[in-house]
Amino acid sequence: MTGRGVGLPRWLYVPAMLGVVFVLLPLVAMVSRVDWGDFGSLVGSASARDALWLSLRTSGTSTVLCVLLGVPMAVVLARTSFRGQGILRALVLLPLVIPPVVSGIALLYTFGRRGLLGPTFEVLGLDIAFSTAAVVMAQTFVSLPFLVISLEGALRTAGQRYEVVAATLGAAPTTVFRRITLPLVLPGLLGGAVLAFARALGEFGATITFAGSLQGTTTTLPTQIYLERFADPDSAVALSLVLVVVAVLVIGVARPGRGAS
Amino acid sequence: MGVLLLAMTACAGADRVEKKTLVVFAAASLQATFAEVEAEFEAENPGVDVKLSFGGSSDLVTQILGEAPVDVFASADLATMAKLGDRAIDPQDFATNTLQIVVPPGNPAGIETFDDLAAADLRLVVCAADVPCGSATQKVAAAAGVELSPDSQEQSVTDVLGKVVAGEADAGLVYVTDVAAAGDTVEGIAFPEAASVVNTYPIARVQGAEQEELARAFIEMVLGETGRRVLGDAGFGTP
Repeated sequence: MTGRGVGLPRWLYVPAMLGVVFVLLPLVAMVSRVDWGDFGSLVGSASARDALWLSLRTSGTSTVLCVLLGVPMAVVLARTSFRGQGILRALVLLPLVIPPVVSGIALLYTFGRRGLLGPTFEVLGLDIAFSTAAVVMAQTFVSLPFLVISLEGALRTAGQRYEVVAATLGAAPTTVFRRITLPLVLPGLLGGAVLAFARALGEFGATITFAGSLQGTTTTLPTQIYLERFADPDSAVALSLVLVVVAVLVIGVARPGRGAS
Repeated sequence: MGVLLLAMTACAGADRVEKKTLVVFAAASLQATFAEVEAEFEAENPGVDVKLSFGGSSDLVTQILGEAPVDVFASADLATMAKLGDRAIDPQDFATNTLQIVVPPGNPAGIETFDDLAAADLRLVVCAADVPCGSATQKVAAAAGVELSPDSQEQSVTDVLGKVVAGEADAGLVYVTDVAAAGDTVEGIAFPEAASVVNTYPIARVQGAEQEELARAFIEMVLGETGRRVLGDAGFGTP
């Protein structure tokens, strides 16, 4: 495997295999429980179709928002240095580590009707309570750090050599950013966007806390699965498989980390 | 594992006191009341440790059917107890509960009757039809002849209460006892139609219980004077 390079210690393979089995076995177990005979009707029900379609739409919108907000954030974090930058980075990445339910509560106290910005939103005539917009906000909140952290890493790895050369040749900052920086880190950006999309697709805790659940408006696929697990276990398993397949496809299309190597 | 067991039996032998453990699974809405019953039961039966596990009734049934070691099960409705089938021995009804409208403090939407819940501009949150409080909600709406158009259908009473406490919703439908337990973070509004849908809580021994005698005694306490007092104080009715 490793050719004539440094050989790996034999014992390393045992825990590595254990880890692989630990990850794959539950997926295999789930697939073994799928009722293939009724699979079509289980995932084809109106509520299931609504949930899948809503999940794909909201996750796509969230990913676009993550790119619009996250790319400038990552560039600022990677290319500048200022006091308190370390603390700012830690705070920006906080949604990675706090429980999604906590994210939902925080969003509620910010954008909710009685939240910090509630009165402002009311003046503007915006009411996001129990709306699809609330789902997108919850997903964006939890997915943004994924994009920022992977893109910042790509930017630091790429270095500034070409940017410096372009600048000395008289290119304006915007030109450098558009023609040099972005193309250089495009694989990293794609990987980050894919991660963000996958995270948004699986988001459940913040969504249920902040946006609630109403078919076609706020009931995403994970929420639907949670609700169906007793009422209709077969349907829950079938929908779980759909979610896993979509996630595998997404990760397969753009393997995170492929751009870095 | 074996070492652990040996150590445990060694400890038990050294103590010369036989500690018995009674495992009770109960619906989440019984959390406060069953904790009180537990305290009284342990006081009356020294050397007995009651272990309570609370959760959604459906969740608990799934665990019991998955061979969890349980002596007693108390469910939030008859339908969920029925899912246990033959595993539930001699189920008996011990409490009832009815729905109540719950609103944020100050009742910003000015709700007075059940009919007010049908208003188009009202932010209404209810339980989803698949969970016990949701099926009760559907029955009440049908009995009142009111078409509800909720803005969100939540997975549990806790989720409904959360949205009302936060002021995100103008009104919700939960049980009387949930409103009482929530204290002054919300206000409850009783409505006559609620009487037409009474939710009954059954309690039963679980087949294969290790502590059959203790299980009987615990159920007797819940059905008896202690249980009636504690449950009554919390707002539960008697079947």
